[in-house]
Amino acid sequence: MKKCLKMLLAAAMLSTGLAAPSLHAADDPNPAAYAAALKGKRVLLVPMAMGFDLAQGWSAILKREVDAFGGVFETRDPNWSVEAGAQAITEAISSETKPDVLIVMSPDLNSYSKLMKKAQAEGIYVVLVDNPANFKADAYVGGDWTQLGRLEAEAVVKGCGPNSSKKIGLVQGDQVNATSLYQYAGIMEVLEKKYPDFKVVAKPDSNWDATTSRNVTTTMLQQTPDICGIIDFWDGDATGAAAAIREAGKQDSVFLVTTGGGEKTADCDKIADGTYGAVVMTELAQETHNMVAIIKYLLQSGQKPGTASPLIYTLMKATTKENLRPDSCWDLKALQADAEGK
Amino acid sequence: MDTKKGFDLFILNQERIVLAITAVIFVVASFGLPGFLTPDNLVAVVRSVSVLGILALGMAVVIIGRGIDLSAVAVMAMSVAWYLQMLNAGWSEAGALALVLSGVILIGLVNGFLVAYAEVPAIFVTLASASFVFGYVRSQIITADAVPVPNGHWLQSLGAVQFLDVPVEVFIFATFALIVFLFLRFTKWGRYVYFAGDNPVAARNAGMPVRPMLVLRYTISAILSFIAGLLTAASLHSMNTRVVNSTLFYDIVLVAVIGGIGLSGGKGGVRNVLIGAALTGILLNTMTIIDIPLIYQNLIKSTILLAAIIIDGVLNPRDEQTAQQGDI
Repeated sequence: MKKCLKMLLAAAMLSTGLAAPSLHAADDPNPAAYAAALKGKRVLLVPMAMGFDLAQGWSAILKREVDAFGGVFETRDPNWSVEAGAQAITEAISSETKPDVLIVMSPDLNSYSKLMKKAQAEGIYVVLVDNPANFKADAYVGGDWTQLGRLEAEAVVKGCGPNSSKKIGLVQGDQVNATSLYQYAGIMEVLEKKYPDFKVVAKPDSNWDATTSRNVTTTMLQQTPDICGIIDFWDGDATGAAAAIREAGKQDSVFLVTTGGGEKTADCDKIADGTYGAVVMTELAQETHNMVAIIKYLLQSGQKPGTASPLIYTLMKATTKENLRPDSCWDLKALQADAEGK
Repeated sequence: MDTKKGFDLFILNQERIVLAITAVIFVVASFGLPGFLTPDNLVAVVRSVSVLGILALGMAVVIIGRGIDLSAVAVMAMSVAWYLQMLNAGWSEAGALALVLSGVILIGLVNGFLVAYAEVPAIFVTLASASFVFGYVRSQIITADAVPVPNGHWLQSLGAVQFLDVPVEVFIFATFALIVFLFLRFTKWGRYVYFAGDNPVAARNAGMPVRPMLVLRYTISAILSFIAGLLTAASLHSMNTRVVNSTLFYDIVLVAVIGGIGLSGGKGGVRNVLIGAALTGILLNTMTIIDIPLIYQNLIKSTILLAAIIIDGVLNPRDEQTAQQGDI
């Protein structure tokens, strides 16, 4: 018995001895390569402003991820000023500590195109988020705004119902921003092709301002009292349209659809209390993790900036009271507390 | 203006031209636009300019005294954002209100002090204080652009209050218009505003307390801005501080100047603000009904402002005295 055991032990030792090279191979070389590619790399986020839910959500998750791979994460806050944003990008390109990846939320199609090209020429990867631009970025991560418009149109048609007046009002953002123009195109496409009996009775601009949204919606509701649904192009100003509907006492007869980043107080709480009928939401966490994956890929790819420009569209869906779940939204306060705790 | 009483019934001044334009638009819209001449729509017109009107009342008091307050919008947005932030953080109503109100008065006092005693031009003082107020509150106090009104707060109920189907904002605007009218017309310091605006040196030589009055005007402007901010929050159930970057300030000046309050000071009154507000309200309402895109709306608005300023320049030429002292 003892002999048997000894032999077994010897066999085992022998096999371990034989297996030794493969054990050394199990000392995975990949993390070292990963660390070499990513450690100390600088990621700079330049959104349109830091003071709104999307930017704060992105930056909280990005900071956590970039810190985790030993990189340096920074943000700049242009506070809705196109010039300040341009300056931030220019300064980043020419600074000693150049970023390796520049994440830009472009205010419109063209303003930053030249600057971003310059950044690529300096060897900086440029990732566009949320707002498309006329520029061959190393990736676009964000919404397909035409699709978003289509989803909004479907939501408002469903909210109105087949027996309604079939009259819809739009509160657009402006006439220059891609997010507003593409959204409009998507809405009109669905209404014209699928629901020709639904009519858009008015389509004023809010200029993304809640007070303006309130005033134009008030006028709209007075001009067409039997409107059954309104699409406001952003939850940042849809509070104004909601106020107008509330003040006209039409909460039950007008279905308000808007879009947003899916932050709890901005979207889900307002779906729950009936302010919004439906919100087409971007899955912010998913979107940010897409950015993280792209950053990690680009930094290891060894490719020259500007080589490819993939589109990484974020999944969007219309959330209503019916499909609202406790985890439909993300909580900015919790995310920030989390980031500060670490 | 008031010195030419009696014979000027047919003389065209800016106020009357604007009043005539307003009347023409009103009549044309009444016939041409279905749904314009309804009680509901007219109430909505007045209401849409209530907040703007209150801000313009404060601006009018400052401009008549030959000044300008660029900090009005920043004070309006940031004071209320600060107030709401404190409420959301669990402050007591009285504590938050008292603190914010003293902050607002302090900004008014500092503005007035720097203009009156340090003799820095109003345009620089208030430009700086606007940036300071926005920057400080935005970076140190609030965490996001928009601060919501806490659920169940009185501001939420205030937004829904109506008397005789007319929203409370309209009455509040009317009340403040009356108060400012009474102040400017019937109080000693109110009358002094005109003298000081027309000729500060002469007013001072005549023994008027020109400097303390200046401080008072900027304080009035700051307090009216805070009230306008509260009304905005009452209606929208939140305060979005992005409004500081908007064209609201120019709209305020538009309302005041288009109604006939000269930027060189000493002229105009509450009536001019009301006329300016009426034109702005009717113009915006009709343009929205016709569905004119916003960029054209801005173009139309700015063209009318430019025309009003040119007319003002022609009808109220700069005299030697203004040219020497300069206006704002």
